[in-house]
Amino acid sequence: MGHRLRGAAAITGLGMTPMGRIYGKSATELAADAVRAAIADAGLKKSDIDGLLINPGITGMTGGGIGLNLQNYLGMDEMRLVNHMNAAGSTAAQMIQYATMAIDAGMATHVVCVFADNPLKEGGSSGAAYGGAARNPSRPKGMAGLTAAAGYFGANTPYALAARRHMALYGTTQDQLGTIAVGQRQWATMNPLAQMREQITLEDYHASRWIIEPLHLLDCCLVSNGAVAVIVSPPDRAASMAQPAVYIHGMGQGHPGDHNAAGSDWETETGGRLAAKTAFGMAGIGPEDIDVCELYDCYTYTVLVTLEDYGFCKKGEGGPFVEDGKLGPGGSLPTNTGGGELSGYYMWGMTPISEAIIQARGQAGERQVAKHDLVLTTGNGGSLSYHAALVLSPYPGRS
Amino acid sequence: MADAPTEKPLPEPDEASQPFWDSAERGEFMLMKCSDCGAFRLPSRQHCDRCLSTEYTWERASGRGTVRTFGIMHQRYHPGFVPDLPYNVTIVELDEGPRLPTNLVGVSNAAIRVGMPVVVDWERHSDVTLPKFRPV
Ligand SMILES: [Zn+2]
Repeated sequence: MGHRLRGAAAITGLGMTPMGRIYGKSATELAADAVRAAIADAGLKKSDIDGLLINPGITGMTGGGIGLNLQNYLGMDEMRLVNHMNAAGSTAAQMIQYATMAIDAGMATHVVCVFADNPLKEGGSSGAAYGGAARNPSRPKGMAGLTAAAGYFGANTPYALAARRHMALYGTTQDQLGTIAVGQRQWATMNPLAQMREQITLEDYHASRWIIEPLHLLDCCLVSNGAVAVIVSPPDRAASMAQPAVYIHGMGQGHPGDHNAAGSDWETETGGRLAAKTAFGMAGIGPEDIDVCELYDCYTYTVLVTLEDYGFCKKGEGGPFVEDGKLGPGGSLPTNTGGGELSGYYMWGMTPISEAIIQARGQAGERQVAKHDLVLTTGNGGSLSYHAALVLSPYPGRS
Repeated sequence: MADAPTEKPLPEPDEASQPFWDSAERGEFMLMKCSDCGAFRLPSRQHCDRCLSTEYTWERASGRGTVRTFGIMHQRYHPGFVPDLPYNVTIVELDEGPRLPTNLVGVSNAAIRVGMPVVVDWERHSDVTLPKFRPV
């Protein structure tokens, strides 16, 4: 017998707004657009929805992000399940996990999970959306002030520090990181939703400006305005709904949390290792069974270290593993097939999940991967601090 | 809104971290040491992050450590750091275990290596003294 939660729910609806420099809508309005699209995609009525899980992006911290009042804006009453969740980039996968458990427990039927963000302001830079703390005029209090005093700013810094340590320990090269960026851009050229669709070369990668060494601009994700909503439903209903059902075969989480605790190897061993154990265990599979990977890719390095932690290769061998281009179109391990967060769109954990759904349904058009029986999707948040995973399949997980 | 600051942001000592800054001014690197499990921790946290004990003593640390990892910052974030670009952002792992974000001084960016032994080099300001590090 398999795990009791294997196949306990299915994804039946996907709603996406246009993404990127999309102006003129609040995060709440973008969220409502995505929820409306997801309900229509699933062939449901608004009144069928009895669960709502809400995840704001960076605007949840900087102001204007979606909150619990999204329920009221959507005019959803008689709700059996509502929450506002935040474990950074791992939240999207977590929402689907909690929705699955609630459905299995009989606490809800159709749960909509929504992410929305609009950090880009007209005329403002992408960097300004995430570098806000550096402009704080007040003096930071106590020992926490050592971070700013060292000029340690932005989300880019911890990932550069992590990548540097991997390079020093294992000999990972800039070319290997660049190969990930080039492969994902190649996928993005085939994705009408992607923000960056001009093919790049390894030379373009090396020529792109340094953000913080060892990260070039082309190692870093985009910043996007937009929203994505996903509907999770019971498996028996999913089979006869409007879209091909995408069943949830595996779920896992792993959270190393704090960085500077003595003994932590957070830079090179992420929560993915623990999440993989739980998710693959539930699905009854191993990495060799995965056909398509949709991995959280805030940075090229995140992809490389995640592949190691899921056992696609040994620890430290991520560089040589990706070097032959196997993640790109035509490669043996199609990964981030919509361009990911580097070249597609940055909807935090919903970027890999949305593309995983599209691939599992077989609706990816020109970029569709022929064999898509098992799709791994991962979410990562903070500075490799929080991690969650789903294993998705077009086949029911229960017999 | 106040104007964007042009000086580097200096920490403002608070009550809990005051013993660290007072010692730093005398050139002594003080850590909190758990009375129950013996783990060292950076000030200032009430609870030991290994065993959650609230019993501790202040101990003078060696001021020595190694480069855990580093990056070379090129991005303009804070105006106070613009004259230093590109500058190193370094995590030093103290011989006692704790790690802290800092900058290396007295070494070119190109010469920094993971694992390099370093020693504290105090940077004095009017009301606060910062732990920077230099290669041994
Ligand atoms: Zn202790």
